[in-house]
Amino acid sequence: MANKIRVATTSLAGCFGCHMSFLDIDERMLQLAEVVEFDRSPITDIEHCTNCDIGLIEGGVCNSENVHVLREFRKNCKILVAVGACAINGGLPALRNHIPLEECLNEAYIEGIGVEKPKIPSDIELPLLLNQVHPIHEVVKIDYFLPGCPPSADVFWKFLTDLIEGREPSLPYELVHYD
Amino acid sequence: MSKTITIDGKVIPFEEGQTIMEAATAAGIYIPHLCHQPEFTPHGSCKLCTVKVNGRNCSACTFPAMDGQDVLSETEELIDDRRKITQMLFVEGNHLCPGCEKTGNCQLQAVAYHLNMLDNHFPLFYPDREVDASHPDVMLDRNRCILCTLCVRASQQKDGKNVFAVSGRGIHKHLIVNSDSGLLKDTDLEATDRAAHICPTGAILIKRTGYRVPIGERIYDHKEIDQVSLEAEHVKHGE
Repeated sequence: MANKIRVATTSLAGCFGCHMSFLDIDERMLQLAEVVEFDRSPITDIEHCTNCDIGLIEGGVCNSENVHVLREFRKNCKILVAVGACAINGGLPALRNHIPLEECLNEAYIEGIGVEKPKIPSDIELPLLLNQVHPIHEVVKIDYFLPGCPPSADVFWKFLTDLIEGREPSLPYELVHYD
Repeated sequence: MSKTITIDGKVIPFEEGQTIMEAATAAGIYIPHLCHQPEFTPHGSCKLCTVKVNGRNCSACTFPAMDGQDVLSETEELIDDRRKITQMLFVEGNHLCPGCEKTGNCQLQAVAYHLNMLDNHFPLFYPDREVDASHPDVMLDRNRCILCTLCVRASQQKDGKNVFAVSGRGIHKHLIVNSDSGLLKDTDLEATDRAAHICPTGAILIKRTGYRVPIGERIYDHKEIDQVSLEAEHVKHGE
């Protein structure tokens, strides 16, 4: 097929669980590969996305790099999709939203049990943490949302086949879960 | 001739003194709700059951049925309002379903599923809310409280106690506990109380029971809340 649909994926403040669940479409991946090609994604190792049709974003926004990546995706993807609980409401990383950032860092790198050579990482290469974790719709316009922790493989399949075959994507009751 | 109201074009009978919600439920019509439970005095606070009665919005759980009322419930506009209300309930608290014991059995989540709510739409508040784990058998997590007051009513009306109340206004409104220390352990609440089991969300939980039924096999995992809600009512009336 000459003009394949270009899909980019990334995980921000996520655990890659949504990506793993996406891979659970199993042999249907071959069917998908006939009409879709992957741009920036853990599957391809491409560093920056360019002119994509669909961008799938896993995870919320917890640091400055997440913000840059998310904006890059919005700029380059016609359709941007929030995938999974963390992208939609911050998810479990957002549990830190009630704890001052300094306390979090102290607990993790200074006072925590078993910490050796206590020092808060400050390498210039490291993206700065945001005060709070945010869902991605607070940063850029999101076109579709796939809830779940993670969304099941069938959610990915239903959503992508709907889009690819020109239907307005919809999820029936059985496919809508927040857990 | 018996008196009737019309809901979405369907003529249904009602008995004198019934609310629109009661008449609808008796006729097998589900109107989404969270703060309403048939066995308690209606409270009318969650507004999910908002219906249009003769052109005006009313809470179906508190509004009396009257002969000839024209009630609209499942209109696109009202469904959209209900979805927005549910989204607001989600963003005003800290409702992180993957980490909540109540997931799959939660009415807030089930209503959201029923309304096909896929996102939160609004910016999240992430309010600071207190957890009270002091009681040996009952857990109180205010992060998940939607202030429906069902626990308040259950404690007073069924248990003959007065364990819970709501205090404060606006965003500062919160559930309080009736003891000098403000802690659940110093109240006369018992795990067998109705108030300990009435919470539609995961704000009041019985300890050590959360995962007896695995996720995926819970009440709303495969059955919609409209069906569950109506079946529960009909079982109660021996139908």
